[in-house]
Amino acid sequence: MSISVDIHHKIGKLDLHAEFDIAEPGITALFGPSGSGKTTIINAIAGLLRPDRGRITIHDRPVFDSVQRVNLAPRKRRVGYVFQDARLFPHLSVAANLFYAHKRSDRPMNKAACDDVIAMLGIGNLLSRRPNLLSGGEKQRVSLGRALLGNPEILLLDEPLSALDLARKNEIIPYLENLRDARQLPILYVSHAIDEVARLADHMVVMEGGKTLASGSVFDMLGRTDLAPLAGQFDTGTVLPATVKSRDPQGVISFLDCAGQRFVVPFLGKKSGSPVRLHIRARDVMIARTAPTGISANNVLPVTIRDIADNGGDTLDVTLGLGHDDTGENRTIHARITQWSATRLKLAIGQRVFAVIKSVTVDGHLRADDL
Amino acid sequence: MITLTEAEIEALLLSLRISGVAVICALPFAILAAALLAQARFPGRILVDALVHLPLILPPVVMGYLLLISFGTRAPLGAWLLETFDIRLIFSWTGAALAAGIVSFPFQVRAIRLALENIDPGLYHAAETLGAGPVDRFFSLTLPLALPGIIAGAITAFAASLGEFGAIITFVSNVPGETRTLPLAIYTAIQTPGGELAAARLAAISIGLALIGLVLSEFAMRHIRKRARA
Repeated sequence: MSISVDIHHKIGKLDLHAEFDIAEPGITALFGPSGSGKTTIINAIAGLLRPDRGRITIHDRPVFDSVQRVNLAPRKRRVGYVFQDARLFPHLSVAANLFYAHKRSDRPMNKAACDDVIAMLGIGNLLSRRPNLLSGGEKQRVSLGRALLGNPEILLLDEPLSALDLARKNEIIPYLENLRDARQLPILYVSHAIDEVARLADHMVVMEGGKTLASGSVFDMLGRTDLAPLAGQFDTGTVLPATVKSRDPQGVISFLDCAGQRFVVPFLGKKSGSPVRLHIRARDVMIARTAPTGISANNVLPVTIRDIADNGGDTLDVTLGLGHDDTGENRTIHARITQWSATRLKLAIGQRVFAVIKSVTVDGHLRADDL
Repeated sequence: MITLTEAEIEALLLSLRISGVAVICALPFAILAAALLAQARFPGRILVDALVHLPLILPPVVMGYLLLISFGTRAPLGAWLLETFDIRLIFSWTGAALAAGIVSFPFQVRAIRLALENIDPGLYHAAETLGAGPVDRFFSLTLPLALPGIIAGAITAFAASLGEFGAIITFVSNVPGETRTLPLAIYTAIQTPGGELAAARLAAISIGLALIGLVLSEFAMRHIRKRARA
């Protein structure tokens, strides 16, 4: 286990009980509405807050245990923490900020690795500057670099993008994606913005009112219709891992593969074999009993109805099975249709139907209407 | 160009020495007191706060009197100092420095405390996660970030020490070359028949000193502000 958390803490009116494990490297999103206790949890992991009781381990090393009376100081936990507001030291240059943790580390990163981090974050030209002359996006990149150069065992990000405008967000996200793909570093990412989560995270812990509701792979979690914090936020969309296969001769279309199904999307300019993420909104999916012909939608996929759930309104959420991918994982998408349509089409679980998908977003920069 | 008499130079240098020693010796205690008041929560905090500010509201003569009954050679503390360390504060310039340091202490504490309270506590949390222990944080964050306040406090306290009269004359008396600072020299000149001119010259020296101090502090503050912005 990279991180294992089981803590109780009472803070104000919030009675926090968080329990989850993060097994693999990659980005785990700690997702929930404001006030659900997300920051309290990562402060407890970092050691900035002492929980009332419970246990926290990092790579099987207990850093807090109320029974065995373990409570390591933050500096002994080997945790990198990137705060929402960057918190660069105003009296130090960017270089001095970057190497603050590096100088104090008991297992300092070698020179080449430091240079790699600085190059990856694109901050090599800022080294002699003072923090107050940096833009918001630059500050956050320096803050990320400062945490990484301390050679931490895990990285905690507390809504690192929330103070930034859309353009700055899109400036940072590629760096986080690089980080996710390039380093074997478990990252816990606090966010209440579902689109960031859908784009960046591999795993997801869903919080509400101080409780951990569920945790698991981001593809499973985002498809679940029963998790209140997700409802409405995401139009119960689906996020799917896919692979770029080929392109049309004119170069206007890319063909992707996901769970054996072929998706057609506008040309991506990515090499064959590149991994991408599909984002399909439930309201953009229609269901047809027979394969429609003469239709403008490019993606018409044969699927099986796995589940039909009443979501409390006038509409139903229909879970459609695409098939299974190389990892043996069954992939599904969701369609939101009216009660009337379901009755008219006599839909039933197990039935083979066609999903007509009006629009597919691939990776995509965050769009204003998503936030 | 007016030339200063030997007695005037003596009073001037003595004033500078007493004020300098007073401010520098009080500085570590001022930082400690400011840090306690700004950051720590402990029982009796109000008492410490009141004690620090006492010299500000107490008449200087009372301050001098309190020092006299504590550090006089027959007072317990004074006798002990004399016996064990052969230190006699009374009638000596070190006693004058002690009086000046205590009287100007609140000025130092207030400026440093203000600077400490302006430091974002989030920076300390950041430093903790980046591997800095408490002592490390004090030297790498607290001191440099509070430096403008420390310098401003030292300048104000130095100026207040230069002007101290009541506490010094009550505690260590008016000994030429030992405890006769500029204000005491002016007072003596006024008391002496025909000393009006001498008093005027000494007053002029005081005014010149104050102006130089003002210009220097302005330079220092400008330099600090520029460094903070750069």
